[in-house]
Amino acid sequence: MPALPDILFYVFAALTLLCGVLVVANPLSRSPVTSAMFLVLTIISMSGLFVLLHAFFLGIVQIIVYAGAVMVLFLFVIMLLDLKEEARRKFKFFGIGAGLISFAAIVFIMLKSLKSAAPDANNPVGDGDTASLGKLLFTQYTLPFEVVSVLLLVAMVGVILLCKKKLE
Amino acid sequence: MDWNFIIFSLVKIAVVVGVVQGMVAYSVLAERKISAWIQDRVGPNRAAPPFMKYIPVLGPFLTRLGIFQPLADGLKFMFKEDFTPAGVRQIYFWLAPAIAVVPAMLTVAVIPFGSQIGNQHMVIADLNIGILYTFGIVSLGVYGIVLAGYAANSKYPFFGGIRSSAQMISYEISMGMSIIPVLLIVGNLNLSQIINWQSTHGWLVMYAPISFVIFMVASFAETNRTPFDLPEAETELVGGYHTEYSSMKFALFFLAEYSNMVASSAMMVTLFFGGWSLPFFGLDHVAGPGSLGLGIAHILIFVAKLLFFMVLFIWVRWMFPRFRYDQLMDLGWRRFLPLALVNILITAVWLYLRS
Repeated sequence: MPALPDILFYVFAALTLLCGVLVVANPLSRSPVTSAMFLVLTIISMSGLFVLLHAFFLGIVQIIVYAGAVMVLFLFVIMLLDLKEEARRKFKFFGIGAGLISFAAIVFIMLKSLKSAAPDANNPVGDGDTASLGKLLFTQYTLPFEVVSVLLLVAMVGVILLCKKKLE
Repeated sequence: MDWNFIIFSLVKIAVVVGVVQGMVAYSVLAERKISAWIQDRVGPNRAAPPFMKYIPVLGPFLTRLGIFQPLADGLKFMFKEDFTPAGVRQIYFWLAPAIAVVPAMLTVAVIPFGSQIGNQHMVIADLNIGILYTFGIVSLGVYGIVLAGYAANSKYPFFGGIRSSAQMISYEISMGMSIIPVLLIVGNLNLSQIINWQSTHGWLVMYAPISFVIFMVASFAETNRTPFDLPEAETELVGGYHTEYSSMKFALFFLAEYSNMVASSAMMVTLFFGGWSLPFFGLDHVAGPGSLGLGIAHILIFVAKLLFFMVLFIWVRWMFPRFRYDQLMDLGWRRFLPLALVNILITAVWLYLRS
């Protein structure tokens, strides 16, 4: 009998993939709210995968930020706009091309960063707890961390600028 | 697999869930009795099983107290017609009450409700990220209300759902920011460790009073209680998000609200008021395997503190008028958020100077 974490890994991985597919291609419903709810389920099962990797902090932050805040706002907007059931669209050549290119780019970045980070399964950097994660972020990875925070700040300023009706 | 662990965990889960459910039932009664006293009424004093009147003195006394009212309420909820209005979105209409209840029940899993009995720690899951876990689960609770508003497919519930999602997200931020000074002082996310720290250094409410005030007000907003109960403001929205619900589905929303109250009270006790510890009579040490009495005393202390905050929740509901919606948003974003940020800064500087 395989160990419990292994079984749970396959359960969560299958759930993530299944819900992810149902977000974009649900045969039973074309309602945007249903898609959003399946995206929430995808995020939650993904955080289950993080927990299985002993990355508790990442797992729970995933739920707090994405499932708890971002997706609620998504739902909020969908409901306020009162989107009707989406009509079945034809695939456009340009859409498929752009999708494939961005997918390839993401895979490339992931492989590249995995290779450079070269995680050693037998000798992990930290045990995934908050303290060691914070230490790594503020010592070894200070520059990327600060760049990301500046990026977020710029995005926030941009949003406020867009939302302002008139600039004095 | 460790059968001992599984069995003890199951027992703890059953007991905690049972106690929380019982607390919910009787806090509804407390709510009705306290509101009655505040408004110079009597409150529920009739409901009783048929044989009660044959018991001298005690029978009428218990009936007057109304302690059978929750049983009658529960029976009524179960046997009333479960009416599904035409035009609702069926799946979400059924799903919403469940989604509201489950997070409310899950939150209590990480709260240490006592120190130790025998070799068992009195907490279901002693997570290293205890606080973050509660925040994550609480943030999922909003889906129940939003989906209820959406599923009803009518205007007033929809307004209620939209209002609550905006309100809960706004106050979640202040709430999260408010506990950062606590984490800075203790240096740990584990709730048991936070209590241990408090038993040696004194209660955290003395170190971080501003945090406590923000956390308390935010938890009133998170549980949709007066003065922040705009999602179910009767005068404007009929019943808010649960207007179209009846019978047990309606009861589940109430169960969720009161379980959330229990969970927030427990969080306040744990984070700011020393959890199961008391600073005198030597009650602040973890009970060893031998001292069964001390372990039970710790649980009783925790429950007593919890009940104090439950009564506070109820008392505030009947003493204060409801906020207006713009006032609510103004308070959350323009007062509490800057205050919480300044609070973090001051605590950090203070800790730096002291070290």
